[in-house]
Amino acid sequence: MSIILDKVNYVYSTGSAYEIQALKNINLQIEDGQFIGIIGHTGSGKSTLIQHMNGLMKATSGGIYFNGRDIYEEDYDKKELRTRVGLVFQYPEHQLFETTIFDDVCFGPMNQGLSKDEAGLRAFEALKMVGMPESLYYQSPFELSGGQKRRVAIAGVLAMKPEVLILDEPTAGLDPKGRDEILDLIADMHKKKKMTVILVSHSMEDVAKYVQRIIVMNSGEIIYDGTPGEVFRHYRELETIGLAAPQVTYLMHELKEFGLDADTDATTIEEAKKSILKMFR
Amino acid sequence: MNIIKASKLVHEYIRRDEEGNVESIQTAIDGVDLEVAAGDFIAVLGHNGSGKSTLAKHINALLEPSEGTLWVDGMDTSDPERIYEIRRAAGMVFQNPDNQIIASVVEEDVGFGPENTGVPTEEIWKRVEDSLRSVGMLKYRHHSPNRLSGGQKQRVAIAGVMAMEPKCIVLDEPTAMLDPVGRKEVLCAVSELNRKKGVTVILITHYMEEVVNADYVYVMDQGKIVMQGKPREVFSEVETLKEHRLDVPQITLLAHELRKAGLPVSKGILTREELEQELMGLYGSKK
Ligand SMILES: Nc1ncnc2c1ncn2[C@@H]1O[C@H](COP(=O)(O)OP(=O)(O)OP(=O)(O)O)[C@@H](O)[C@H]1O
Ligand SMILES: Nc1ncnc2c1ncn2[C@@H]1O[C@H](COP(=O)(O)OP(=O)(O)OP(=O)(O)O)[C@@H](O)[C@H]1O
Ligand SMILES: [Mg+2]
Ligand SMILES: [Mg+2]
Repeated sequence: MSIILDKVNYVYSTGSAYEIQALKNINLQIEDGQFIGIIGHTGSGKSTLIQHMNGLMKATSGGIYFNGRDIYEEDYDKKELRTRVGLVFQYPEHQLFETTIFDDVCFGPMNQGLSKDEAGLRAFEALKMVGMPESLYYQSPFELSGGQKRRVAIAGVLAMKPEVLILDEPTAGLDPKGRDEILDLIADMHKKKKMTVILVSHSMEDVAKYVQRIIVMNSGEIIYDGTPGEVFRHYRELETIGLAAPQVTYLMHELKEFGLDADTDATTIEEAKKSILKMFR
Repeated sequence: MNIIKASKLVHEYIRRDEEGNVESIQTAIDGVDLEVAAGDFIAVLGHNGSGKSTLAKHINALLEPSEGTLWVDGMDTSDPERIYEIRRAAGMVFQNPDNQIIASVVEEDVGFGPENTGVPTEEIWKRVEDSLRSVGMLKYRHHSPNRLSGGQKQRVAIAGVMAMEPKCIVLDEPTAMLDPVGRKEVLCAVSELNRKKGVTVILITHYMEEVVNADYVYVMDQGKIVMQGKPREVFSEVETLKEHRLDVPQITLLAHELRKAGLPVSKGILTREELEQELMGLYGSKK
């Protein structure tokens, strides 16, 4: 059970003066149950890539296989694919359209064919999970603050109970507590529900803290693919392509240069703390 | 008078039904007193829905106080005759760079504001050049904004505001959509404007790292200002910040964790350099 991308290319505005190849020969295998982070400079192709994974965008060339089946086969059920591979968009505004928050979250499950009652139950559960106060359920999603809108958008996808959850910068604009809550929630779904999770993020710290595997995009290509420790070893190269390492990783490198026995593979506060405490033992 | 002065400022979003009856009242700003000295770089932190953007919109006279008064450069924002001048004095930059760019060539985009306000052509070109230079985007003047990276687009948006020569610039989460290098670029551009041109900066952000060099930090919670002080003072209060749904920079948190584990590092460490010095000092005295 997996998602496989085989030599995927994608070109925007083919044939026009603005033609741009956003994906270049992407080969990728995502195993069931993995927690993956995708990082890359703005415009590197992250959003384009993930929209291929749930069939929302169609590759200019190449193949995509979900659980062993070619999603570009004529009789493949695209609508079902979109409920099994849930995608939370980068701009939540693009995902909200109903008159109340509650109806908005009901939309996905209703679309899956659930009854109004079942969909309502799912919506209730999902809104609770993302921590929306009940007093707001029947308000318009358009009168919410930026962070609140994002929670509603995430709830809308969770309500469909997808097998694979893809989130495009889900914490942009969230307050720190909200960021931790959403990421902890996602990590929990990954662990308890064995959900495959793909997280696109501009926060090196968040990616390092949560994911097992990081995919690094640069101008439409995958240039690194490995554990946080492995990927952030290339911090100098990452800086030349718009990225960075987590703050603590820089700290560890600098301590090492000062002659201390610092673990330069540390990418989280926990790891850095462990290494520093060891130096002082 | 200070460039920004709020006195008991209140903002209520009032929702009415079709007959005009009040359906609900949301108090987004709840009695805020605030003074920003000209030339300061201040940061506003706060949980989602705490009222930051509402406050920003007041500074730009996009909203009118429900109660209390707000003065921008001495002008009362509830005076309809001054709105135009207030918006000239205080420029705004928003979160999403894509929604702010209008023209198809960078220099036209930057010149749009001054052109609209009747600045003479020669002066416009000078301002366009100056402002693009000060955000480090002069060499892109003939480019199409669509083809720039997020950090570059956001710097063009800042240049657009600069070309209006505001005394004050309000940035509402300008780096939320940017990669790490883009964030750094925008922050550098903004602090340059502040240092070299004396522009007052009000930065709204959820990235605690971006605040460590501010002159002063305000923390909002449910429409009220609940903490204020120099970054070092505010970030010393790790637990209190957490109660307000906020955080501290990653290095500050690491220092806090180390202290809890028994290493005697000082409170209020903000940067890598500071923590390194502390650790090297402790290491030296250990031997
Ligand atoms: N609808 C579109 N038409 C033409 N070009 C597009 C379109 N959408 C994206 N592009 C271009 O394709 C490239 C990849 O864009 P994409 O949105 O996938 O990047 P991203 O990595 O998600 O960036 P960000 O971090 O800013 O969200 C960029 O050069 C972008 O300008
Ligand atoms: N147009 C509106 N109509 C009604 N209520 C609104 C409107 N805009 C904002 N609010 C409410 O006012 C409060 C403050 O919102 P505001 O956008 O100022 O928060 P914020 O601090 O900028 O939040 P965020 O960090 O999420 O951007 C919130 O409770 C929000 O739901
Ligand atoms: Mg994107
Ligand atoms: Mg806001």
